[in-house]
Amino acid sequence: MSPTEPFVFLGCLELNELLPHEAHDARELLEQLERVPVESIFCHTSAALLHRPVLAEAYPNDFSLWVGTEVRDVRLAERLAAVDAFHAGSMERVREELVAIVSDHLQHLGTAPARTQGKRFRFFQVHLVPVPTGHQARTLTELRDALAEVDVSALFYHTTEARYRAGRGRGDFAEWVGSVLGLADLADRLAHIDPHAGSLERIRDRHLSVLSDAIDGKGA
Amino acid sequence: MAPGALVKLDDYRQVAPRGAVDILMRIGERLRGRRLTHVSASRYGGAGIEVLNRLVPIMSDLGVETSWEVTIGTADFDQVGRAVNKALAGTEQVITEAMLARLRETAVENARRLRLDADVVMVHDATPIGLVEQRGGAGRWVWRCNQDLSSAQPQVWNALRPMAQRYDAAVFSLARFAAPLSIPRFIVYPSIDPLSERNREMSRVEQAAQMDRLRVPRDKPILLQVGPFERLHDPLGVINAYRLVKKHHDVRLVLAGPPPAPGDDVLSDVREAAGQDPDITVIVLPPDPQTELNALERAATIAIQKPLKADFTIEVATAMWKGKPVIGTIAGGIPFQMVVNVTGYTVETVEGAAFRIRQLLSNPEMIGRMGAAGREHVRRNFLVTRHLSDYLALVAHLTR
Repeated sequence: MSPTEPFVFLGCLELNELLPHEAHDARELLEQLERVPVESIFCHTSAALLHRPVLAEAYPNDFSLWVGTEVRDVRLAERLAAVDAFHAGSMERVREELVAIVSDHLQHLGTAPARTQGKRFRFFQVHLVPVPTGHQARTLTELRDALAEVDVSALFYHTTEARYRAGRGRGDFAEWVGSVLGLADLADRLAHIDPHAGSLERIRDRHLSVLSDAIDGKGA
Repeated sequence: MAPGALVKLDDYRQVAPRGAVDILMRIGERLRGRRLTHVSASRYGGAGIEVLNRLVPIMSDLGVETSWEVTIGTADFDQVGRAVNKALAGTEQVITEAMLARLRETAVENARRLRLDADVVMVHDATPIGLVEQRGGAGRWVWRCNQDLSSAQPQVWNALRPMAQRYDAAVFSLARFAAPLSIPRFIVYPSIDPLSERNREMSRVEQAAQMDRLRVPRDKPILLQVGPFERLHDPLGVINAYRLVKKHHDVRLVLAGPPPAPGDDVLSDVREAAGQDPDITVIVLPPDPQTELNALERAATIAIQKPLKADFTIEVATAMWKGKPVIGTIAGGIPFQMVVNVTGYTVETVEGAAFRIRQLLSNPEMIGRMGAAGREHVRRNFLVTRHLSDYLALVAHLTR
């Protein structure tokens, strides 16, 4: 990103594709985790933020949520919930972790895994269509003001999608604040906002809070 | 907004999530000049079709040249269409080879008559499915199935499946409604239009006038179920739940639905079960009862949806949009519209429904909290603006 370039906010439309993969128990979950496209792993971990209700769920990804609420295997659910898709480096690495956990769990189970009495797990993948929101920022204040107005998908695009699929470092906000505005400490604070806040609106609130503090402190 | 005024996308800024309308306008700019044609067998027949009345003009306004074609056929063709739709919904029908041939012949006739050269042609439901066999040009074809195919009559689905396979993609309302196909399958939830007569804001004065006209007093908390007077919608189960609640809370029950089909005796059973209880009101709705339903849903304290088998049942979202907690079964699309324990409860029995109703009535602060959470959940997930976003994403994806 050139130092003279403004920050251009992009949002995204999502299109959910149902894949021909499904699981009724942990063994089938393991088989499908090894088989599905990596985009599906992204859809059910990092991108769960896009389809999650406004309020925080008990488990942070779709796999742990299903195992916990439908299969009712709390031990496995808790272990799957601990997989940190936001710091794993790549989605293939996330897949490896998920596979290792389910595999280890099955090895130590001793009995046949419980089958869901409710919903089976259906694998999806999400197609994102990036769209300019029409908002741009050249200063910290403009960044904060635009962030308060943009569609919530822009939060997802510039934090989650940028960082974990497009491989753009610490997320677009932190990168721009660090490289264009030269505010290394603030960039670090933005990069460390916990993506497990529960919803994109909460992530927006945390960004606004960090930016407002910085603006008030610096008089930007 | 004046009644009958043409609704513009900009009008949705007051109700859609912040920034959502801007995104739609921007994607519209990007897709400007693309052509989308919807095809259906009728302009009526369920939320999935009727929403096109709103989507088509807004998409055109955005710059995507959108049209809506309707197939025509003889009376016997319409009968075949109805039988096929019932079979796909899981009610066993006698469908002969001659009937299926009629479906194909009518598709051929319509394909000659209709303009089907758009960049994306979206064919709605089973009756016109055979149009795809006449496809030509470079356009992408999508089959939009608004039905639940999970218990479709195998003989009928096996006959239609090869036609479905000739599309470039299929769109279903829920994953659990989708049939196995080797083409890409997308999921697009139905939606409600917050600016429609059914969902627009309504003053207390107008609401009171409507309730007076429907002869529903507003002196006690109202439990409301909107739905057809059919056994599958379980109005008798709702009355039994009400009776359990009535032992502890002074409430009214309102059951409102369209006139039952000829020969269906549930309505008389419902009236008999209601007996002389002045706190049960059974309303057979007039044609196009949008204003009446708007008033009833706004006047309700708790909305109930207790069908034993259901389609998507978008009535759940319409009640949530009006800030009402919903107590519903796990049939069809009901649990997918709710955040269980946050916007309402799912139940499986009469006793469960009664227990949850009592729980809410005993804790009135929960009614307000759940209602508000429900309205926000609908704002994000079930408004027509989200539907528009999904269709625009589909057009962008298929024509990329």
